[in-house]
Amino acid sequence: MLEFFASDEFRTVVSALNTGCIRTLQLFFITLIGSLPLGLLICLGSMNRLAPLRFLQKKENPRWLNAVWGFRPISAICRLVVWIVRGTPLVLQLIALFYVPGMVGWFNWPGGTSSRMVAACVTFIINYACYFSEIYRGGIQGVPVGQQEAGQVLGMTKGQIFRHVTLLQMVKRIVPPVSNEVITLVKDTSLARVISLQEIIFMGESFLKSNMGYSGLVWPLFFTAVYYLVFSGLVTLFLNWVEKKLAYFR
Amino acid sequence: MAILQVQNLEKHFDKTKVLQDISFNLEAGQAMAIIGSSGSGKTTLLRCLNFLEKPSGGRIYIKDDCIFDADDPTTQREADVRRKRLHFGMVFQSFNLFPQYTALQNVTLAKELLAKEYPDYKQNKKRILEEIREEGRKLLADIGLAAREDHYPHQLSGGQQQRVAIARALALHPDILCFDEPTSALDPELTGEVLRVIRGLAEQKTTMIIVTHEMAFARDVADQVIFMDGGLIVEQGPARQVIEDPKEERTRQFLSRYAEG
Ligand SMILES: Nc1ncnc2c1ncn2[C@@H]1O[C@H](COP(=O)(O)OP(=O)(O)OP(=O)(O)O)[C@@H](O)[C@H]1O
Ligand SMILES: [Mg+2]
Repeated sequence: MLEFFASDEFRTVVSALNTGCIRTLQLFFITLIGSLPLGLLICLGSMNRLAPLRFLQKKENPRWLNAVWGFRPISAICRLVVWIVRGTPLVLQLIALFYVPGMVGWFNWPGGTSSRMVAACVTFIINYACYFSEIYRGGIQGVPVGQQEAGQVLGMTKGQIFRHVTLLQMVKRIVPPVSNEVITLVKDTSLARVISLQEIIFMGESFLKSNMGYSGLVWPLFFTAVYYLVFSGLVTLFLNWVEKKLAYFR
Repeated sequence: MAILQVQNLEKHFDKTKVLQDISFNLEAGQAMAIIGSSGSGKTTLLRCLNFLEKPSGGRIYIKDDCIFDADDPTTQREADVRRKRLHFGMVFQSFNLFPQYTALQNVTLAKELLAKEYPDYKQNKKRILEEIREEGRKLLADIGLAAREDHYPHQLSGGQQQRVAIARALALHPDILCFDEPTSALDPELTGEVLRVIRGLAEQKTTMIIVTHEMAFARDVADQVIFMDGGLIVEQGPARQVIEDPKEERTRQFLSRYAEG
């Protein structure tokens, strides 16, 4: 058994999986770095109260007409995007975003050989930002209004209230649901193989067909699970640490 | 001279009139109690004074300076509201302390943020912040919580939390301190310590408006009492007279319900 770990086959497969693992890690971290702040933007957009036609509202108007004049375009666009992104499979979004722009002749993804990575990152960022935006919204709305009002009567500005009062309470509330999404992201990265991004599972599968002089190997595919377990284990440890850091208040 | 004048204040939510024709004066150094049954508009009145709700009609004066006039849009600018709020302090029924800050930080936060607007903040930052903290410690010591300044709200009892909330409101030296049923979220054995603090403030001639269901407390601590019902002031006058010898039938009925209970 131990001889196997020293064999050429094992070393070849592991080095291939490591290459895939680096791509998985890239996709994972770039997605997080992009989607966590973008999610906040979408969240603020969907809660935006700008209603350019509100001045047409009149007390004597019927309710439905006042509802029409109260239309909030920024909020509506953000909610529409969130609905579409959350309502369709990520796999479909990957295929659409990677192939369609080239097919219709809009643009080709930049990056030469890494164009698949660029397209995957963009898709994942948009997709995860939409999920995060809904989590943020729950987090913001979950902070009691009394907290904002206490800040207001103490003469704080809206920005000060957000930064010094609401933000940390919101972060504390969203850490558990965000953790769930992050763990899901660890595994979702494998979906990028539908546009032939050569991440871990893609590499593992390649030994089933033929790769680097080996073919018909089943074990590399299953061996990828070790990578995911280690990866998600580390992420879990980190998120638990964050949760502990915020446990000093309720 | 009256420090606060409220004239014909009105508030409606859509079509329901919650406050109608509310007028009263409050002299500096006096305490005014507002009593009345549930839904009579007491909270809404305090919220209008603190600009948490925008009144639908009427005027509010602080020391003859008009800070709100429903007919004069120049008195309603969003940008000025923040400054105007500082005339009033507010102590909420549910405390609303900031959970992520210690008792002392709760007291000093708003003042520290305001200090950033001082012209000399950059040069004297250290001294200014130390002064604010020192004052905060003193406020907490005055209400008997010196030993609790580094405790977080969840580590304090309800009565202690409400006392911190009072210190937090006092830290900004408001002209008028408003209390919205400060003891009704507390267990009965904890109301005493909060009422004692408010009584102490009255003795130091703090100008206050106190919404309360504690009739004996209102009678002993307040100078004036307003009885509200259905969004209207039914009766107002010296505290002892309104509570012990009300002129209006509705006041009498309301008070007799308390006497029985
Ligand atoms: N935001 C709002 N929208 C609609 N109606 C409201 C709103 N806030 C208060 N009201 C109504 O205004 C009336 C007065 O409410 P308010 O809270 O001022 O009464 P209160 O005297 O403080 O009562 P309580 O003793 O129960 O605290 C109630 O009928 C209430 O339903
Ligand atoms: Mg009330």
